[in-house]
Amino acid sequence: MIQVNNLSKTYNGTTVLKIDSLEIKKGESFGLVGNNGAGKTTFFSLLLDLIQPSTGHVINNGVEVNTSEAWKPFTASFLDESFLIGYLTPEEYFYFIGDLRGQNKADVDALLAKHEEFFNGEILKNKKYLRDLSKGNQKKVGIIATLIGNPEVIILDEPFANLDPTTQFRLKKIIKDLADNPNVTVLVSSHDLLHTVEVSNRIVAMHKGEVVKDIQTSEETLKELELFFAV
Amino acid sequence: MIQKFLYLEWKAFFRSASFATNLALKILIGFLAAYFIIVFLALGIGVFYFLKKMNMDPITTVNKFMIYYLAMDLLVRILLQKIPVMNIRPMLIFPIKKATIVHFSIGKTILSFFNLVHVFFLLPFSIVLMIEGYDVVHVLLWFTGIYSLLYINNFINIILSNKDNLFGIFLLFKTVLAGLQYYGLFNITDYTAPLFNAIFNTYWAIAIPVIALIVLYYFTFIYFKNNLYLDAGLTNKHDVAKTENLNWLNQFGTIGTFLKNDIKLIKRNKRSKTTVGLSVMFLFYGLLFFSTTAFYGPVMHIFAGIFVSGGFLITFGQFVPSWDSAYYQLMMTQNIPYKEYLSSKWWLMVIATILTTIVASFYLYFGWETYLVIIVGAIYNIGVNSHLVLLGGAYTKTPIDLSSGKGAFGDKKAFNIKTMLISVPQLGLPVLLYWLGLKYATPNVALALVASAGVIGFALKNKAFSLIERVYKSEKYATIAAYKQKG
Repeated sequence: MIQVNNLSKTYNGTTVLKIDSLEIKKGESFGLVGNNGAGKTTFFSLLLDLIQPSTGHVINNGVEVNTSEAWKPFTASFLDESFLIGYLTPEEYFYFIGDLRGQNKADVDALLAKHEEFFNGEILKNKKYLRDLSKGNQKKVGIIATLIGNPEVIILDEPFANLDPTTQFRLKKIIKDLADNPNVTVLVSSHDLLHTVEVSNRIVAMHKGEVVKDIQTSEETLKELELFFAV
Repeated sequence: MIQKFLYLEWKAFFRSASFATNLALKILIGFLAAYFIIVFLALGIGVFYFLKKMNMDPITTVNKFMIYYLAMDLLVRILLQKIPVMNIRPMLIFPIKKATIVHFSIGKTILSFFNLVHVFFLLPFSIVLMIEGYDVVHVLLWFTGIYSLLYINNFINIILSNKDNLFGIFLLFKTVLAGLQYYGLFNITDYTAPLFNAIFNTYWAIAIPVIALIVLYYFTFIYFKNNLYLDAGLTNKHDVAKTENLNWLNQFGTIGTFLKNDIKLIKRNKRSKTTVGLSVMFLFYGLLFFSTTAFYGPVMHIFAGIFVSGGFLITFGQFVPSWDSAYYQLMMTQNIPYKEYLSSKWWLMVIATILTTIVASFYLYFGWETYLVIIVGAIYNIGVNSHLVLLGGAYTKTPIDLSSGKGAFGDKKAFNIKTMLISVPQLGLPVLLYWLGLKYATPNVALALVASAGVIGFALKNKAFSLIERVYKSEKYATIAAYKQKG
């Protein structure tokens, strides 16, 4: 689904990301772990053509992302709160995204109804604009918005951060359900090794911009990762 | 402690985003400031002799209209003057007395440009009074009294800074008073002039403004001090949200989707609301030009014509796509055709221009020729300027903080002077065309020239859009990076 060739990003002579080759297969649930500055967000930003690669390119379902925009219809992402439109209510935001993804109001409503539990009654019909929601609740909105329009690639940066324990638990279920769908490729990054191991069937660890571990998840994965990061 | 605050202020000033804008703009702002200072200076010296020549007593006449001077000052402050801020939140947990923090924050405003600028009028006027033989003590009393009143304005603005719609209310109030006076129905100056005269003529009346100022300072101080909590004055104001569907816009497809969003953007953010308020003021700008041809030549009529209908286009259009800066990354990852995104902004500007032109029909009072100039201005705005602002916007990489209403200590006011400065070149071409027409033919030919420039621009819309689209695409990464700076 996603191919990375010879990709690198350099700022003023400092290389912050260098991935020679990486392939993410269709239907894979891909977990990205690493310390601060490892290059996780840079990698996702390159996948989404938000920054320009210094060398190389990313191919998303046959589309080279920095030359064509044809990847946009089937790719959904939530990197941070800057993906939210602060002056809209959550409902309006969902419908706006729905409009852009060719979904009518009923489609969006159906999706929202399905995730009512995830919202925990704090999002919909709450008479609040997105800018006035707490960080955790903003995140819930952003995550659910990526599911609108049945995208084939879903990219979530640090989805577990700022969420309360119950919501983290529910989010894991949502991601696992997505992962079970062979047509959906999920990419999740996290600082939390346990969460990532639970929801991903493949884990890549990054360090200083390079891929240092690439493992299929198994019983021993968590131990192996903990050992690696316990420097 | 104060030195430490000053140190922080110094850093904040020189490291602020607006300070880092390009040099040309800074120089231009410098010139603008110098221009105003000279105007005030000339006014201060000239007004005395001018009034004398008209056989009016200078000080009484100035006192008579002083209420309008003060009201105008307050209006300008409400619109432009920033509220005092120091980054207060981080200070709260340090061993600094709250009183010190508040005194410094309020005290900072005393040195604001909006207070100092009056020196350039009041000081020369007072000096001329002394030279011309008025009693020195009385002049000093008057000077102090008027300055106290100006500082009262300063504090009123601070206390009221968190209220919306004030500008409109004050403007309406003032217009009504001025109208009543003009038609001789009610004369507010009859009631206020005696006070100003008293300040000049007696020794005791000075106490009124000075005591009022002290009380107001104290009140402001208490107000701020009591609100120095994260859940009071330092909190973000939460509006009660109402979901609006605006379904009637659905028939316009993707453009409708964006229009819906833009309408909400304008309605729900302080910054954009101020912009709209400002564009309404542009509507009345023509009064300056059309009511008296004496000051400006007929060439400047077209200048006014463009301003009258183009207020929204100039103030809002200038900052496309910056209005969407807060969530620009989202826009760039969604399946959004640039053309339709731009089209929606373009339509918004066109609709606003047409609406303003209709409202501006009150200019018919000055004759249909005048209204024709405004219509021609509107045609030029739609045909040419709408494209120019969109093109300019692609290079304007200033992130906009939509939620500038951050409670009593909110950190900036919406409008900025740069907006207007950048728009100056857009007025050059029509003025030139109009001037050529007037010089070598008739006024109607001149108007036709400007109008046809607008029509040609309109005909080239698709070409222009492709060009703008290309610029947007090539600027994409730089724009994303620039918008992230602040976020």
